[in-house]
Amino acid sequence: MSSESALLRRSEGLRRRNRVNRVVEISSTIAALFAVAVLLIVVGSVLTKGVDALSIHFLTTPTALFGEEGGGISNAIVGTAIVVASAAAMAIPVGLLVAIYTTEFAPSRIAHPVRFVLDVLNGVPTIVTAIFVAGLIVIPQGHQSGFALSVALAIVMLPIVSRTAQEVLALVPSTLKEAAHALGIARWRTTVRVTIPTAAGGLITGALLAIARVAGETAPVIILCSIFGQGNLTDPSQGLATIPFFIFRSSEAPSPSAHTEAWAAALVLIALVLGLNLVARAFYTRSRRRMEG
Amino acid sequence: MSLITKRTQQPSPAVFAASPRPQLLRREVGNVALEGLDAYYGASRVLQGVSLGFVSGRATAIIGPSGCGKSTLVRCINRMHEEVPGARAAGKVTLDGVDLYDPRIDIVAVRRSIGMVFQKPNPFPTMSVIDNVTAGLRLAGADRGEIEDRGREALVGAGLWDEVKDRLSSPGTGLSGGQQQRLCIARALAVEPEVLLMDEPCSALDPVATLRIEELIGELKERVTIVIVTHNMQQAARVADTTVFMLDGQLVEVGPTEKLFTNPDDERTEQYVTGKFG
Amino acid sequence: MEAGALRHPVLRARRSRKDRIGDPLLRGLSGLAAVVAVAAIAGIAYEVFDQASPAISKYGLGFLTTNDWNPVSERFGAAPFLYGTAVTSGIALLLAAPLSIAISIYLTELAPQRLRRPVATLVDMLAAIPTVILGLWGILVLGPFMRDTVEPALQSVFGFLPIFSGDPSAFGYLTAALILTIMITPIITSVTREVFETVPADLKEASYALGATRWEMVRQVVLPYSRAGIVGASILGLGRAIGEAIAVAQVIGGAYEIHTSLFHTGGTLAAQIAAQWEGATGQMQKASLAYLAAILLVFAVAVNVIARLIVQRGQLKDTDVTPTEVEAL
Repeated sequence: MSSESALLRRSEGLRRRNRVNRVVEISSTIAALFAVAVLLIVVGSVLTKGVDALSIHFLTTPTALFGEEGGGISNAIVGTAIVVASAAAMAIPVGLLVAIYTTEFAPSRIAHPVRFVLDVLNGVPTIVTAIFVAGLIVIPQGHQSGFALSVALAIVMLPIVSRTAQEVLALVPSTLKEAAHALGIARWRTTVRVTIPTAAGGLITGALLAIARVAGETAPVIILCSIFGQGNLTDPSQGLATIPFFIFRSSEAPSPSAHTEAWAAALVLIALVLGLNLVARAFYTRSRRRMEG
Repeated sequence: MSLITKRTQQPSPAVFAASPRPQLLRREVGNVALEGLDAYYGASRVLQGVSLGFVSGRATAIIGPSGCGKSTLVRCINRMHEEVPGARAAGKVTLDGVDLYDPRIDIVAVRRSIGMVFQKPNPFPTMSVIDNVTAGLRLAGADRGEIEDRGREALVGAGLWDEVKDRLSSPGTGLSGGQQQRLCIARALAVEPEVLLMDEPCSALDPVATLRIEELIGELKERVTIVIVTHNMQQAARVADTTVFMLDGQLVEVGPTEKLFTNPDDERTEQYVTGKFG
Repeated sequence: MEAGALRHPVLRARRSRKDRIGDPLLRGLSGLAAVVAVAAIAGIAYEVFDQASPAISKYGLGFLTTNDWNPVSERFGAAPFLYGTAVTSGIALLLAAPLSIAISIYLTELAPQRLRRPVATLVDMLAAIPTVILGLWGILVLGPFMRDTVEPALQSVFGFLPIFSGDPSAFGYLTAALILTIMITPIITSVTREVFETVPADLKEASYALGATRWEMVRQVVLPYSRAGIVGASILGLGRAIGEAIAVAQVIGGAYEIHTSLFHTGGTLAAQIAAQWEGATGQMQKASLAYLAAILLVFAVAVNVIARLIVQRGQLKDTDVTPTEVEAL
């Protein structure tokens, strides 16, 4: 047949194929919109329902005693800050060191299993990790503590920090390290003065993402740090108040005012977590550009 | 369609091909004409006012230095150029008088009529040899028996049948480089296009494989109009009846291959073919 | 060698003390850190099974099939929670996997260039929401919506099926499954999207050049190429769903038996541990909860390992054509 009829004739088969294509395109777009919509709905709910109870008073008053009303989350904020900071102080150096070990020192037959173990650790449910720490610290000591919680959170953070650190360290061009070695600079010095600073942006990103992840972790809190005294604000050897726990408890309470307080605390937590996430991402793109540019 | 016996290459200067409008037609189908073709990537223009014809039954080579726009030119013919985000083309591209850029025309139909073979062989890695060849046919929904027959014919036409007839179900990527490229040619031929565009099809292959494909082009051009982009001038001399020389996005000269290489009209052409630049 | 040559700076150079201890120190410290990481996982396994041992020795494997949880009569079993975990995670995977594939197709093939990063970031943000907040939203927003709108609608159309029988309720398997779906979709999407982006452009071009529509190209090239990655991503998502304790505990209601209706309240392994740990009295109850944790650990680790093996095995090597290959004439 001539080209003209082949090209201009809209065959039935072609029409059907285009229809199918269109349906798939529209469905995929709807799926993406749906995901974005859910995000906006959840964040929107937190925003609209929490902003009412959010006030300076709320942020600076400790939680109300049992049966009373009108408390705040000041002790929870302090508690979360202490616990997360301690966890980070433990997890970030260890995670970084593990990454250095697998990228700089370990032969491949050791590095591989170590990476595998870390991936497995990443998949352990946080509540199981918490039970481990409970057996390690809480049960022998006989009481819950902020310290135990920090240890559990550190274990949760470890694989996250380590994996991002490994990826970033591997991206540092080997030519840079070779140049340093050729100048007679010792291995450890090269790592500390050349490799790590070059990868700094990505390392910070990994740390921030890990912190954002554990700031909202609630399962370990239930197991390890759910009992705390009103008087204790900063002592990690005893139980400390935490924001996720506040949200959890308030969400299960029957009274509407408790629910409003839960939304307000959720607003604070979500601002913290999403904020950290966005900062971490911005850091990552900037550091990638610097390393490749 | 049957296996065509080998012929030796005989460019005949008397029957010339490319002037801006094709005047001598061997077949009624497979004649491509470009009129004032411009192509853009975003704001930068990479093709400027190209007017050219490709006559059916012939092989036309497009040569020129890197960046002169030869690949962009062929990609405008089967409208692959516009798959790149921000890329567009303006002007007229017709196949047997039909404007391929007419909004009434489905782009999928264009690509059925105009096939393409790429620089690096790209058989689908998850498909067997026979599935690769028939990939285009299965999209069009022809029935099973017909699909297998046409697949076989395409493999014969690409000169690959003898080598793969015992391993039709083995993975397409298990073949050697030259075989993979002939598989891709078979795949393109299976949908029976009128025109076959080849974008530097031999640049990733060794000399023996290259020669095999050049012989194939000689056989194929009887039934498919062939346009081959090449940076290898000796190859153009071997396979093409007509050669086009491009420079900086513009058409410099077009003419019978022998003339272009021995006695070109344009000074720039002469400088290029004698190796003074590019 | 002359005596003078020994004075050559190269031969005389010694490393400073700092360098002599620096290298081994760094190597040792980092090796120690690696040991800590490996010890952590070993410690977790040991400790959990140790805490569970009173229950393991008392109930044995029959624990897995006992459909009861009664602290008073000290009759504990994991069956209700195995069932609940399977149902909620299974439904979540069934819903999340196709959704994630569709979203990934949109992000890699359909979205205009300017929208890709922002939309991808928004989907990733969904994964960053702390699960306790998702649970809060589930209790106060999604739950009532399920009870008042979705579940009655499902019942009116499919009410003949036992899974849609019974009274609509805000808390139950279905609500929990939906919360889990929201949780794991961004995880599966992010991995799937990465896999889609590795599909070589020239394969896609070959498909288009044959005259494929966009969906046909995806079906012909992208999906087969990404098969292993998609499965691996889905299983990773499944692992995440299995291990989620808090959000599920908040919306599943807490029942101690297997119930067929999806509207009914129930329990999962992780949620039951979270709900009962604080108030657990008696050694057997605590040990039984630890037993649940041991089962959970085994499943979560197994799922994780399987996911990674599938991804590794299925990785397609890049087919590079070397010009030196001589082909048979």
